[in-house]
Amino acid sequence: MTRKKQRLYFIGLGMLALGGATALVLTAIGDNLLYFYSPTDLTEREVAPGQRFRLGGLVEEGSVDKDGETIRFVVTDMVHTVPVTYTGILPDLFREGQGVVTEGQLDMNGLFTAASVLAKHDENYMPPEVADALKKSGHWEEGVAGAEAAAKAPGNAEPSSH
Amino acid sequence: MHRYANPTRFLRIANAILPWSTGVMVIAFAVGLSYALVFSPPDYQQSETVRIMYVHVPSAWMGLFVYTAMAIASGVALIWRHPVADLSARCSAPVGAAFTFICLVTGALWGKPMWGTWWVWDARLTSMLILLFLYLGYMALANAFDDRQRGAKAAAVLALVGWVNIPIIKFSVDWWNTLHQPASVNPVGESGIAIDGAMLIPLFAMAIAFKAYYVTTLLMGIRREIAAAKVRSLRLVDVQG
Repeated sequence: MTRKKQRLYFIGLGMLALGGATALVLTAIGDNLLYFYSPTDLTEREVAPGQRFRLGGLVEEGSVDKDGETIRFVVTDMVHTVPVTYTGILPDLFREGQGVVTEGQLDMNGLFTAASVLAKHDENYMPPEVADALKKSGHWEEGVAGAEAAAKAPGNAEPSSH
Repeated sequence: MHRYANPTRFLRIANAILPWSTGVMVIAFAVGLSYALVFSPPDYQQSETVRIMYVHVPSAWMGLFVYTAMAIASGVALIWRHPVADLSARCSAPVGAAFTFICLVTGALWGKPMWGTWWVWDARLTSMLILLFLYLGYMALANAFDDRQRGAKAAAVLALVGWVNIPIIKFSVDWWNTLHQPASVNPVGESGIAIDGAMLIPLFAMAIAFKAYYVTTLLMGIRREIAAAKVRSLRLVDVQG
């Protein structure tokens, strides 16, 4: 075996070992890398009232109720829901049917008090005319919002649908 | 492969490619910028803010692409002791670092109006920041030794080890819940391409322009490094003689 071959195998093996180690580490810490929990995640794990965490999902259609500075809405992943209350300024993209990530805590009654609300943008980009045309032709739900809700609803995708 | 290890032959090829890569870069920038800033439509949700995407996404692609090129060049330099491979890895790092930085800055500028925050520590943003640190670490390490060969070796190992971060960046949005949205251009995935055709023109034109910029600066950089190596060896002869 020439020196070059030796170095090639050495580096190849090194990269394989490194890749394997990284994969193991990522699997081990998996859940800690979640930026937020979905309402379904909450039913599967114990979160004590008063413990701070991030909750993510879609703002349920028709659930937004504004009362001055205070706003109440429901976060859903199309399976479970969590009611949220928040006082403060909302990002521009906040609207019904849109993804949000909120940080705060649950109280005894399961109401989530958010200290901050971030809008989560989806991966769809289109001009307003195209969006209007899709809505008009009735393909909007299955094309954009529906697909987003069904497949991308956080926490929903990994355990069940695939 | 060793045909191109000869610096003289490499210079001949580089000089032949340079005018072409410069031409592609100028044309692609002209098309890309005019569409990105003027001719492409606003987005149905983000309105004009969508234009940041035409710099942000190609910059992110560059960050990943240049690092991968750097890792391959480092591997070739380590295994085959190929002098031009070492130089191309060295010259790639600042370009990759610059585009990674642009990606992070434009992302923050977009995040403030859209998400409502400049920065979050989610898996995508954090792994991209680590990529910037890998580039900076590579540059520091490559120049940290008086003996160039030792610096090149240490930096090449770092480039190879750091490559594990590249798939993590790419798939972070699929593996974990992140605030960052999943990929919009994903030809092999089930989601396909989620960007309207009118917005794909500036996106791809800018991506081509950035890649052509990389080829151009890389070739110029290697040319400069070969000249510098010649000067060094001439000085050495001077001193010894």
